[in-house]
Amino acid sequence: METLKDIIFILIYPGLFFLLSYSLFVEWVDRKVYARLQNRYGPLHTGFAGMLQPTADFIKLMFKEDIVPEKADKFMFSALPIFGLAIVATSSLFLPVWHYTAQTSFVSFSGDLIVAVYLLSLATLVLFLAGWHSTSPFATIGGVRVITMLFGYEIPFLLALLGPAILADSWRMMNIAAFYQQTPVLLLVNIIGFFVALISLQAKLERCPFDIPHAETEIVGGTFTEYSGRKLAFFKLMTSIEMVVGSGLIAVVFMGGFPGGFWIGMAHFVVKTTFIVILLAFIRALCSRIRVEQVVTFSWRYLTPIAILQILIVILVKAYIN
Amino acid sequence: MEIKIPIGPQHPALKEPISLRVTVDGEHIKDVDIRLGYNHRGLEKLAEQKNWVQNIYVMERICGICSHSHTTCYVQAVEQIQGLEVPKRGLYIRTLVAELERVHSHLLWLGVAGHETGFDTFFMYTWRDREIVMDILEIISGNRVHYAINSIGGVRRDISEEQKKLILGSLDTLIKRTEYYANIGTIEPTFVARLDGVGPLSKEQATSLCAVGPVLRASGVANDVRKDDPYAVYDELPFEVATATSGDVLGRVIVRVKELLESYKMIEYLLKNIPEGPISVRAPRKIKPGEAISRYEAPRGEDLHYVKSNGGDKPERLKVRAPTLANYPATVVMLKNMFIADIPIIFAAIDPCVCCAERTVQLIDTKRGDKVMRFSELRKMSIDFYKKMDLSKKGNLWKL
Repeated sequence: METLKDIIFILIYPGLFFLLSYSLFVEWVDRKVYARLQNRYGPLHTGFAGMLQPTADFIKLMFKEDIVPEKADKFMFSALPIFGLAIVATSSLFLPVWHYTAQTSFVSFSGDLIVAVYLLSLATLVLFLAGWHSTSPFATIGGVRVITMLFGYEIPFLLALLGPAILADSWRMMNIAAFYQQTPVLLLVNIIGFFVALISLQAKLERCPFDIPHAETEIVGGTFTEYSGRKLAFFKLMTSIEMVVGSGLIAVVFMGGFPGGFWIGMAHFVVKTTFIVILLAFIRALCSRIRVEQVVTFSWRYLTPIAILQILIVILVKAYIN
Repeated sequence: MEIKIPIGPQHPALKEPISLRVTVDGEHIKDVDIRLGYNHRGLEKLAEQKNWVQNIYVMERICGICSHSHTTCYVQAVEQIQGLEVPKRGLYIRTLVAELERVHSHLLWLGVAGHETGFDTFFMYTWRDREIVMDILEIISGNRVHYAINSIGGVRRDISEEQKKLILGSLDTLIKRTEYYANIGTIEPTFVARLDGVGPLSKEQATSLCAVGPVLRASGVANDVRKDDPYAVYDELPFEVATATSGDVLGRVIVRVKELLESYKMIEYLLKNIPEGPISVRAPRKIKPGEAISRYEAPRGEDLHYVKSNGGDKPERLKVRAPTLANYPATVVMLKNMFIADIPIIFAAIDPCVCCAERTVQLIDTKRGDKVMRFSELRKMSIDFYKKMDLSKKGNLWKL
């Protein structure tokens, strides 16, 4: 029975099958909200209200010609998309959806929050390497921009996730979620940190106003300039899955996780992550792209101090409660 | 480490082919080299083969956005040679279309500025409202882009009372929306952060490099052909020359927004005060011998046409100096010491129209003398050139 549960966990929910289909759904939500905010319709024809459009795009891209540049590092160039996809898919396993018990297991242990964040950072590194090994000027500049931005948003992201963890007195996502499920009032304490995490996640996902590494009008495709066909499709899918995992992480830490069993938990997951994705789409529609040095300045001048302020608030509240 | 990156001739930031060869050190721009000549169309030669009336339509197709500017400029020069007195009503309609065209061009530019800085929402909204002004132009002329309203000696279509009412109604919506965009364009923090202090051009540099139009006015020089050398009915119109003092891209946005609001005032004035009377006078098929230069304030800056007639039914020479050409030297200065991220917006801030500005330059070998080259020879030369190029060697593919 336990083995069957493990297999369902890895392959169906929240494993590969759910992750793939849900990330494509989330991409549709994002595109649709973004389009409606811009006075457009967005995807309309494929499936109900264009719901199958991301799937169709993915399948179409899979069949396109796959070109490896002559001067690129062939092994790295081909391996990185698969590696990146594997990393973000792995990080999704740490989200406490339904398959966890009080004892530690391979997906739920003290410190799994840090492991999930670490895996998401590794995905960023994959993007940098992909740009670097493409050896075209645009891709190289894109790769360097990825790393420069990483120095900006990574610290505030971790600090923002740290606040709720301190209040819950645990590094294990399951315990953090359980703590806030018991006393949902305390979620209000973390409201500042929630927005810091949201903005940092936007930067991590490289979406407007932080879509600098692949700024279309500046450096063509940026990191993805040389990628085409299947490899590009993997990268696109990787970004979508990263969005699901990132918003899942925020939902666990700031919104009380996904209580209930398989079905109710899944409903919680879908509602909460979709809500976060809609917020991300709002940010994307309301800003213009900023420059790479402005990202670093912004995150060190505003985001990090605010995140630290949040931690101070959390510590004071904790002292008051105890 | 300094590397050279090719921006263009094909690049998403550029809507038309031009090559900016940028030397960068990290994100900083060290040097810029502009290469032209990817889009030569032989317009001036073509104009010598068409008669005076056909040429109006050729001039219209120099540029899609400022189609009325080029025809008016040309028609004015021809009228000057022939000594034609255009009726007042004709001039009023001509000016009305000119100002509507300015509105349409500036709204388009605002959208492009939004897109170049990654603010696609702004782009979608301004382009949606550009449809209103294009519909107005369709009401007046029957066309959305190439209005074909000018003729030698006046205009081709009159304007009726119902049309006036319709236009004034749509104008209210436009004014309200433009004020909103002016607010966003100058207040939205991420947008302003991208524009403020970017692409600086001092007053002295702007005048010494002969910049024209909004670029010059954003550097604090109140230079406008409509005011300095009034044509059509601009001497009767109440308007102010929009200027800004900052001399950066933000200043150029402000100048264009101010001009939009001035244009709305002018359009209202024109519609309310249009006199009765004929709209055109009859022009002869053959124009008297003579030559003339005509100046016109296009949305992008000063447009110049030189026309020479030898008394026949075709011009002997027609020279067009589009405003974009005058702004290229200033662009190089603006781009230096900026970031890579600023290239699209700085280049877009001159509102470039590459194909209007392209003229051919013939380089003659002094030893061999002038030589006509056949297309087949040209083709053979290009094949040989690529065969000789060794692509396996590093650096040959991106040779700059």
